[in-house]
Amino acid sequence: MLNLSIAEALDALAARKFSAVELTDAHIAAVEALNPRLNAFITVTADLAREQAKAADAARHAGDAPALSGIPIAMKDLFCTEGVRTTAGSKILSPFVPPYESTVSAKLKAAGAVMLGKANLDEFAMGSSNITSAYGVVENPWQREDGAKLVPGGSSGGSAAAVAARMAMGATGTDTGGSIRQPASFTGIAGIKPTYGRCSRFGIVAFASSLDQAGPMARTVEDCAILLGAMSGFDARDSTSADQPVPDFRAACAHGVKGLRIGIPSEYRVDGMAPEIEKLWQAGIDWLKRAGAEIVDVSLPHTKYGLPVYYIVAPAEASSNLARYDGVRFGARVEGEDLIDLYERTRAAGFGAEVKRRIMIGTYVLSAGYYDAYYLRAQKVRALMLRDFNEAFAKVDAILTPTAPSAAFAIGEKMDDPVTMYLNDVFTVPSNLAGVPAMSVPAGLDARGLPLGLQVIGRHFDEETVFAVAGALERAAGFTALPSVCAGAKS
Amino acid sequence: MSLDPATVRRIAKLARIRLDDDEVPRLEGELNAILGYVEQLSEVDVEGVQPLSGGAQMAMRLREDAVTDGGYPEKILANAPDRIGNFFAVPKVVE
Repeated sequence: MLNLSIAEALDALAARKFSAVELTDAHIAAVEALNPRLNAFITVTADLAREQAKAADAARHAGDAPALSGIPIAMKDLFCTEGVRTTAGSKILSPFVPPYESTVSAKLKAAGAVMLGKANLDEFAMGSSNITSAYGVVENPWQREDGAKLVPGGSSGGSAAAVAARMAMGATGTDTGGSIRQPASFTGIAGIKPTYGRCSRFGIVAFASSLDQAGPMARTVEDCAILLGAMSGFDARDSTSADQPVPDFRAACAHGVKGLRIGIPSEYRVDGMAPEIEKLWQAGIDWLKRAGAEIVDVSLPHTKYGLPVYYIVAPAEASSNLARYDGVRFGARVEGEDLIDLYERTRAAGFGAEVKRRIMIGTYVLSAGYYDAYYLRAQKVRALMLRDFNEAFAKVDAILTPTAPSAAFAIGEKMDDPVTMYLNDVFTVPSNLAGVPAMSVPAGLDARGLPLGLQVIGRHFDEETVFAVAGALERAAGFTALPSVCAGAKS
Repeated sequence: MSLDPATVRRIAKLARIRLDDDEVPRLEGELNAILGYVEQLSEVDVEGVQPLSGGAQMAMRLREDAVTDGGYPEKILANAPDRIGNFFAVPKVVE
């Protein structure tokens, strides 16, 4: 039961092969067995999940089975869930129980999904390794031959680990600079960051509002399409929500790539990229060519400026968004001699090192005298990056790249300085800056047995082509490897 | 541009984050490493380029200026660290 895809489980539920309660109980048992080790969930909501599963069975019995009826999923702990503690991986939100529900989680609930719990993440989604969570590191269910414990990637690392280890059938993630795609690549699952504006940001704890976008993570491309269909749609409560029809993403997965033009950007061949990743990229090119696509060289000349732009824009927006955590209206408070002292002590105690670093960088680049040199210049280079994509998409229908420059690394590696860690996001950040959709698909294993992903980037609001290309890659790659820590393998 | 310890303290003050003296040298090094890294943007020719502030492919929407939500102070105050009646409470600000 645990190894089924969401599509298969929906069919089995419809055929009454098992009930939603049975499916949920099997996943709760997997969470209870594996979570003490992997730490993928900050909060497990087993009782709520059983209730929701019972309701799903009752609804199906009454002839009402919405799109995700009875499917157990993990919710990244960045989505506000009414009555269920929401921490954003931070100490400062440790006492916070939202009085309202995020739009995306409400839509999933309305579609009949069962919430198993709140998934671990980097603090305020700031990180590429899950190491900055105040609730402990998440272990990647994949193991390297040397036995080192690996990171699941980040920031949606708990979501990725839960799905890869068969604790959940799918999960929500958010992606500000690669936080869905890089952990998907590190754990051998699929994940899509849709077009900016496709999923409502209402009720998602804000990190960098012009970049944040919610999306699904699951073990197949089709499952991501099913989840995204339920998560998408216009929401008047998010001023940047796009008033666009939601296409049939699921149908798009089977469209194939015959006649599509696929761009290969030479700028993504970066120094120090593992030869295996280069090889996998070439394999992806060959698969698509064989499936009938035309391969076209394209240029995205400002790619190398993506990270420096990101590390100005994201901290700037974060410093503004995180100003609300002042110990007054919600969250943890540390008392002080006066109000300013209360603010300063609350924030010093409540935020971890990476969050403080980013708030301070953001504060500096927005401060008088430096705004033009840093923030305004970064926004101009961001405009050039969007122009690069628009020019490329005048020639091609989608772009193929690797998802990350390496496979999962060990807990403790790449920790020497913040900039080394930031390099993880070199291939993923540009699509956030331009707002275009991008998806990671598991495509192969490296020499040490670790999964590697390929990334498909599409035009604004053309997730359908992204799903078509991702589906073709998935069929050609035939990725069936299982992680060493996996609930489904035993049953 | 390189930050000195006084600037690090000033930024922390602006960001309302209390710093202990022994945190300053570490932060100075880390912040300077990040600022050194983003320095490469100065080589890009941005003459005449309009800044891009967001990822949305649309103009901001206007909405009716109307009250559409509210009227539940208990829900709003449920997470308050301190309250007096229907108000958030903080240390005395005005003598």
